[in-house]
Amino acid sequence: MDVRSQMSMVFHLDKCIGCHTCSIACKNIWTDRKGAEYMWWNNVETKPGTGYPSKWEDQDIYKGGWENKNGDISLKGAGKLRGLMNIFHNPHLPVIDDYYEPFTYKYLDLIESPARDDQPTARPVSLITGKPIDIKSGPNWDDDLSGTPDYARKDPNLQNLSPAEQEAMFQLERMAFFYLPRICNHCLNPACVASCPSGAIYKRGEDGIVLINQEVCRAWRMCVTACPYKKSYFNWSSGKSEKCILCYPRIEAGLAPACMHSCVGRIRYLGVVLYDADRIHEAASADESDLVDSQLDIIMDPFDPEVIASAKKNGIADSTIKAAQDSPTYKFVKVWGLALPLHPEFRTLPMLFYVPPLLPVMASLKEVDNKAQAEKMDPMAKNWNDSWLYDTSTEELWGTIERARFPLKYLASLFTAGDEEKVKHVLKKLMAVRIYRRGKTVGDIDEEKVNKVMHDTGLTPEEAEQIYYLTALAKFDDRFVIPASHREQSIEMLDFTGDAKGTTGFGFKESPVRGA
Amino acid sequence: MNILNTFLFVILPYLALVIFLIGTIYRYRYVKFQISSLSSEFLEGKKLFWGSVPFHWGIVFLFFGHLIAFLIPQSVLIWNSHPVRLLVLEVAAFAFGLSMLVGLINLIFRRSTNDRIRVVSTWMDYVVEGLLVAQVILGLWVAIEYRWGSSWFASSLTPYLWSIFLLEPKIDVVLAMPLVIQLHIIGAYLIVLSFPFSRLMHALVAPVDYIWRPYQRVIWNWNKEKVRSTATKWTIHRPKNT
Ligand code: HEM
Ligand code: SF4
Ligand code: SF4
Repeated sequence: MDVRSQMSMVFHLDKCIGCHTCSIACKNIWTDRKGAEYMWWNNVETKPGTGYPSKWEDQDIYKGGWENKNGDISLKGAGKLRGLMNIFHNPHLPVIDDYYEPFTYKYLDLIESPARDDQPTARPVSLITGKPIDIKSGPNWDDDLSGTPDYARKDPNLQNLSPAEQEAMFQLERMAFFYLPRICNHCLNPACVASCPSGAIYKRGEDGIVLINQEVCRAWRMCVTACPYKKSYFNWSSGKSEKCILCYPRIEAGLAPACMHSCVGRIRYLGVVLYDADRIHEAASADESDLVDSQLDIIMDPFDPEVIASAKKNGIADSTIKAAQDSPTYKFVKVWGLALPLHPEFRTLPMLFYVPPLLPVMASLKEVDNKAQAEKMDPMAKNWNDSWLYDTSTEELWGTIERARFPLKYLASLFTAGDEEKVKHVLKKLMAVRIYRRGKTVGDIDEEKVNKVMHDTGLTPEEAEQIYYLTALAKFDDRFVIPASHREQSIEMLDFTGDAKGTTGFGFKESPVRGA
Repeated sequence: MNILNTFLFVILPYLALVIFLIGTIYRYRYVKFQISSLSSEFLEGKKLFWGSVPFHWGIVFLFFGHLIAFLIPQSVLIWNSHPVRLLVLEVAAFAFGLSMLVGLINLIFRRSTNDRIRVVSTWMDYVVEGLLVAQVILGLWVAIEYRWGSSWFASSLTPYLWSIFLLEPKIDVVLAMPLVIQLHIIGAYLIVLSFPFSRLMHALVAPVDYIWRPYQRVIWNWNKEKVRSTATKWTIHRPKNT
């Protein structure tokens, strides 16, 4: 056993309102620069949809991630042989048009235009060439199912659905969607690290954050291909690749990353998990059918004395072990089994987990006659008698899950490598907590029913209360449990103070100017 | 004339080598951020294939060919002692030269006509590509006109090059050579000279160590295990991990 600590994340998709505040917080801090305008280290997608870059999940196109060939894993589109042979021209590299051409508007024309007969306009110009362009796409062009024929219907996850199932999803009355916010997963088996020919990308031992050393990156651009989540981006101006840094300067200071801090829906959780580094390879090589289990298996119990001993031997601080015991992500992922990895079949062992969405999946429409109700209303009141009701009833306990608006197959393709039972199990648990709370607060569900639901999913009332608390009420410090990086030592983590006495300072001192 | 010759074939090579050494080491140590292949594939991915691939395979082969003729000229002479083998070598080298030329022309065309690529081009890119094009044309010309280059390079030019490195330059052989070959030699010095100031730096950091490096890389700020061990001698520099 070789226990290490990892900053892991949970995004609770039921709570995401798709406001993009997270993306903007990140953009303002990190990527509002030349060459990085098109990068969204944090982006929010509408599902079903093609996402950003377009169809990133389709590895037949992008060749990202690992593949399991006869029990051993290899990089699908990079690696020692393939990467070096393709180094002069990488045939699988996405180009700027797969994301979108960054643009701005010539706002000044509105102000400085001389008086004329017609209104001045602010033409869009490319942020690359500075020339006028027709804007063809943007980072969230498919927001809220806009352009459904072009985007939602081309979602790679629909591949496994029958034509009839797909049609059902896109019937106007049944259409549903949810948001999928994405950042780098800071994987345990990162494909980006493995693909980098110059060894510029590395995982930090202390907290597992994956970083690109800007001084060592040489623009061999293999990481862009290898990351199946397309979370390593190429800066076309500086000639270096960049990626989400999980706001490590903030984390070292005990602050939550900007996207998480600013999250309006409070969907984000951050905490330490301890894992067994000896079993990474084994977990990543598992059969498709036990991928989820094998990936969750190497996350260790932070209360187990053996795990603690091994952690201490590796120099993991007591405060970090304590943080692992209080970790909200450990609870969601391991204790309650409510959070799943996104596309485990890419085999990078992502450390960002998602609580799958219940709402758009479950809600359905019911035929009702509203006439009696309408007659009671004030004649002035607006009233459409369209005879349907947005049904959130709990009449049939699990029936609604079987007849979900979203085929479970679709969710399974996202979160469990196709295992519908696993998704159903999580949804049932989420539903059980709702029923339990509704029985308690609204009181329209009788106790027998509540008990049956709890029994079916194996939840205890205490657990249900805890899940409810962490989902709905949790305060800042419950959602983000960040171990001290020991401020008194944190400068020394980078440089020895004695070495830097009387000099200019610490760290990266060269200005990031493009080379000739 | 004499001064000019001394400048071109004695002073220039030393100038080029010294500037190359100091410049590349300085850049590697102090402005590392600026060492990059500056790939432009992200802005244009299709035409690049027909430029970069033939160009690079061509130049890599030719570079190693020249290197071998310089380091172990005997091997080339022995290989060439058989006329069929000589022909194979010459034809192969010529083919790689053509491939490099075609690639370069495509690269220059792409660089100067594509709006996006023009934005990320510096005048140094054009200088370097101009030098390379001139160099490869001269090389092909020499190959056609003054046969068989692989043999006389190994027997006549290599001693001249060695004399430069041994710090006792002998240039009479070079002076007796035709102008085209002389220009090819001068071109080589100019290319060497341009390394520290251009994107050619990327060729020096070609990622060969990737071949034997383990796939995953984990870095600790400090080697905590070592720090904690009582066996570790405590100095002011704590044991670092890479
Ligand atoms: C084996 C070592 C080498 C490797 C791995 C390598 C790799 C690369 C890569 C990845 C690019 C960027 C292509 C792109 O735009 O995506 C590039 C461009 C270039 N390389 Fe190399 N290279 C090597 C050797 C050389 C040598 C020896 C020379 C010439 C002396 C050279 C000259 C160039 C030039 C001029 C470009 C710019 C092409 C353009 O975009 O117009 N390279 N190289
Ligand atoms: S999500 Fe991509 S960029 Fe992030 S660690 Fe995993 S492979 Fe690397
Ligand atoms: S800020 Fe939070 S709620 Fe808003 S889009 Fe981002 S993840 Fe969703």
